[in-house]
Amino acid sequence: MHVPDGFFDAPTSVATGVVAAAGVAVALRKARAELDDRTAPMAGLVAAFVFAGQMINFPVGAGTSGHLLGGALAAVLVGPWTGALCISVVLLVQALFMADGGLTALGTNITLMALVGAFVGYGVFRLALAVLPKRVGSVPVAAGLGALVSVPTAAAVFALLFAVGGTADVATGKVLAAMVGWHLVIGIGEAVVTALVVSAVITSRPDLVHGARGLAATRRPLLAEEVSA
Amino acid sequence: MRTRSFLLAGLLVALLVAGVGSYYASSHPDGLEHVAQQTGFLDSADDPKDTGSPFAGYETKGVDDARLGGGLAGVAGVLLTLVIGGGLFRVLRRREAPSSTDAA
Repeated sequence: MHVPDGFFDAPTSVATGVVAAAGVAVALRKARAELDDRTAPMAGLVAAFVFAGQMINFPVGAGTSGHLLGGALAAVLVGPWTGALCISVVLLVQALFMADGGLTALGTNITLMALVGAFVGYGVFRLALAVLPKRVGSVPVAAGLGALVSVPTAAAVFALLFAVGGTADVATGKVLAAMVGWHLVIGIGEAVVTALVVSAVITSRPDLVHGARGLAATRRPLLAEEVSA
Repeated sequence: MRTRSFLLAGLLVALLVAGVGSYYASSHPDGLEHVAQQTGFLDSADDPKDTGSPFAGYETKGVDDARLGGGLAGVAGVLLTLVIGGGLFRVLRRREAPSSTDAA
């Protein structure tokens, strides 16, 4: 979903740049609470992994492809603020070194994929986790649901931005319907990849999954009580 | 699995995905590009600006072989992301009070 230079007019690019800068500034402060000696290297790995994952375009039919956006995945693994920063770093590297996503569109891309992706993904993840059975096995399912919703939501935000500041004159309804439609299908791929990766990490190191904290940690105090009893 | 082994295993997977797996990825336009084409605003895209990076377009300047050039660009991207992201998160992290048992 990388927006190139030229899709949006200057005021819109500046506005999304301001939103992105503000979001990243807040995230830089809030991420401190999510990062310690153990989770900081994990967060670096998550960013690198999302970069790799974004290179794998999977076909979704009619000569179209999609790839992992990773916002929900990163938010569940390392927390929403750190997750948003992970995706921002990925987008920065792509824009600076890979010519993927325009430099003037960096703010738009951070807004769509890092902020909307991570926070919508994490919000839906939390909601799903509140409804699902309280066990570790629910975490990958909830993460997949967060991923599923995050992609078409980011696509819808793109279409709304396009209505405001798109340089081409195309009917908003047409762009919105096409963007959300295709990204619903891409969202299914996002959900599958996100659930599988979260599941794999939980299998080997549940303590490194931010979104599994309350669930994975309940075992340890119980064991301690059993021992002392 | 120890934290160090876990992180190394994860990095190895990322390097393999970007360095080898990416060659087999679909080359069809992605969702946004397809919609832009279909609804008629793809032409409003400007050509990407040259930042002087040898990896523009997920290729490697001077390497003609698509598999090798793409793989090198993928590996470079993963490592750049790891260094920039890892460095940022290292700076941001809360330092724990120095304890004699924490050598990791």
